[in-house]
Amino acid sequence: MALAQAKSDALAARLDGLAVGGSGWLGAARRDAASRLAAMGLPNKRDEYWRYTDPASLTQAAPMPAALFDAGDEAPAFDGIDAVKLVFVDGVFDAAQSDDPALAGVEITHLSKADGVDIHWAREVYGVLETRGQTPVHRPLATLNTAYAAEGFLIRATAKAAKPVSFTYLHRAEHSDALIHHCIKLEKGAELTILENGPAAARITSVMEVEVADTARFHHIRAQGRDHERRAATHVFSRVGAGALFKSFTLTANGCLTRNEQIVELVGNDGVAHVAGAAVGDGTFHHDDTVFMTHEGQRCESRQVFKKVLMNGAVGVFQGKILVKQGAQKTDGYQISQSLLLDGDSQFLAKPELEIYADDVKCSHGSTSGAIDDTALFYLQSRGVPKRVAQSLLVLAFLAEAIGEIEDEAIAEDIRSRLEGWLQRHEH
Amino acid sequence: MLEIKNLHVKLEEEDKVILNGVDLKIGAGEVHAIMGPNGSGKSTLSYVLAGREGYEVTEGSATLEGAELLEMEPEERAASGLFLAFQYPVEIPGVGNMTFLRTAVNAQRKARGEDELSAGDFLKIVRAKAKTLQIDAEMLKRPVNVGFSGGEKKRNEILQMAMLEPKMCILDETDSGLDVDAMKLVAEGVNALRDAGRSFLVITHYQRLLDHIKPDVVHIMAAGRIIKSGGPELALEVENNGYADLLAEAK
Repeated sequence: MALAQAKSDALAARLDGLAVGGSGWLGAARRDAASRLAAMGLPNKRDEYWRYTDPASLTQAAPMPAALFDAGDEAPAFDGIDAVKLVFVDGVFDAAQSDDPALAGVEITHLSKADGVDIHWAREVYGVLETRGQTPVHRPLATLNTAYAAEGFLIRATAKAAKPVSFTYLHRAEHSDALIHHCIKLEKGAELTILENGPAAARITSVMEVEVADTARFHHIRAQGRDHERRAATHVFSRVGAGALFKSFTLTANGCLTRNEQIVELVGNDGVAHVAGAAVGDGTFHHDDTVFMTHEGQRCESRQVFKKVLMNGAVGVFQGKILVKQGAQKTDGYQISQSLLLDGDSQFLAKPELEIYADDVKCSHGSTSGAIDDTALFYLQSRGVPKRVAQSLLVLAFLAEAIGEIEDEAIAEDIRSRLEGWLQRHEH
Repeated sequence: MLEIKNLHVKLEEEDKVILNGVDLKIGAGEVHAIMGPNGSGKSTLSYVLAGREGYEVTEGSATLEGAELLEMEPEERAASGLFLAFQYPVEIPGVGNMTFLRTAVNAQRKARGEDELSAGDFLKIVRAKAKTLQIDAEMLKRPVNVGFSGGEKKRNEILQMAMLEPKMCILDETDSGLDVDAMKLVAEGVNALRDAGRSFLVITHYQRLLDHIKPDVVHIMAAGRIIKSGGPELALEVENNGYADLLAEAK
């Protein structure tokens, strides 16, 4: 009972000053979430699900301040990619800095303009995928977001979009706290790429719900900014239809606390879902990837590829599960989580899980933790490659499988060059 | 070119002496071969010259054109003209063969104060050299040595040698794991690189390789020392009689 009380007390403190807004369908969805949240309370480090990451700084009433970061002359991520740019400052949409949200075959509506309008498709996605993602474990931070987020976009793609929609999240105030909720639907055969870039605030709690209808293709690439002190709890809930594709890649460089949750349901036959991440951290860096991949349809393929490079006491966490439901025959599931520890102080904690109820499936998983291969390092040096360059080459090679999950070569190159820059700045 | 004087080496981790006073002098343009039974220290000699960690030089010196190798980092030794063709070329997943070659060539040029090769020039040169070694475009694209057959790995070593144009080439059991045809191909690659300004040290167990790469001098190594040196006929003697007589003689 003490734990339940603690969770409910934490919730009361956290909700101080927040209010459920709206009176139409969105308001109803938010009120539903608020009541679900009241029953859950906020996560506590005693929850098994938060065993490796202490959620205290994510649940406390006010965020810890985070110093603003000067990236110097490094261009923001995806700067060179032609996209519809939508800018948030400390979690609040800034139309003045943004492009006109117009893109052929794509409807883009800010949450604040959605409540009074009956947007059928959004009613079936907003809060709905998040609710589905509450089993077998509660994800109260996502529910809190559904109930209280006033910022975010509803995006519906009905055709192949000519360019990506790119969210930039600027961090301008040291005490900012952001709640952003995006809701995305790709209709049959549509194709859309979403880019996300930046730390957003001192603390961000975000949800993205993505419904990928049959044969649609969705790409998501994100870079979480370089601010050292920012904290983030992100959730991507997706439902992938028959013959559809869902791909999500995240680059995390710095940030003292990151919890990225990916909850994927492959509901149709022949669907494909790939989630990947490359994380590099030095010192006070705690990075947690938590993935729940559910196979319901037959002949679906899923991949989880998570790589972390850690140094000077940085901590990496991976909790990943593949659940193959009864009837999901011919499932092809793959999961790899690896860390490269550049010194003896860093830590990698991995909890890979498989739960399979079908009898004709192929599922593999692996998890490793190791240092740079001395033999390979010597081989490169013996060819004249200076040690530091050789180390960077090997670290990038280690990350290559994750970066390889990005289909667009220009975007992949952007991510690669950012990692190269980071490695150059963090000599080991 | 290469001069090794009274080289003593032990393993860093344990108190085990591997090289026990090696003396060797290789002139410019010469090809020397080292033969010897297993455990005689042949590979260790090549690793110590290339600068691999894990060995401690307790005495002696090794100079390349007068410059002390043993004080340099491995990459500095490479830039000053030393090349080791590995007995077991290392697989490096995630690093493309082409990227690797280009990084290495340009790093050496930079270290020597030369201009880096442009992507176009590099490509032209590497394609031409790869062709003579029967290395196809596919092999150049793949990650370094990953999924290569034994023969492909050794040919890839020779390609690196051809691209880097070292002055002093050490071939550590380059014939091991090769069939006759592959060995011929590798030997042709090596012979194509022979010239008055380039020397070779060929480490091998078998005389067979020396039929293809004709040495000027053959050395027999045992228990961490060179116990006998002679002409190519010494290799034939080993082939026919084994090492027993030579070892007894040395004692």
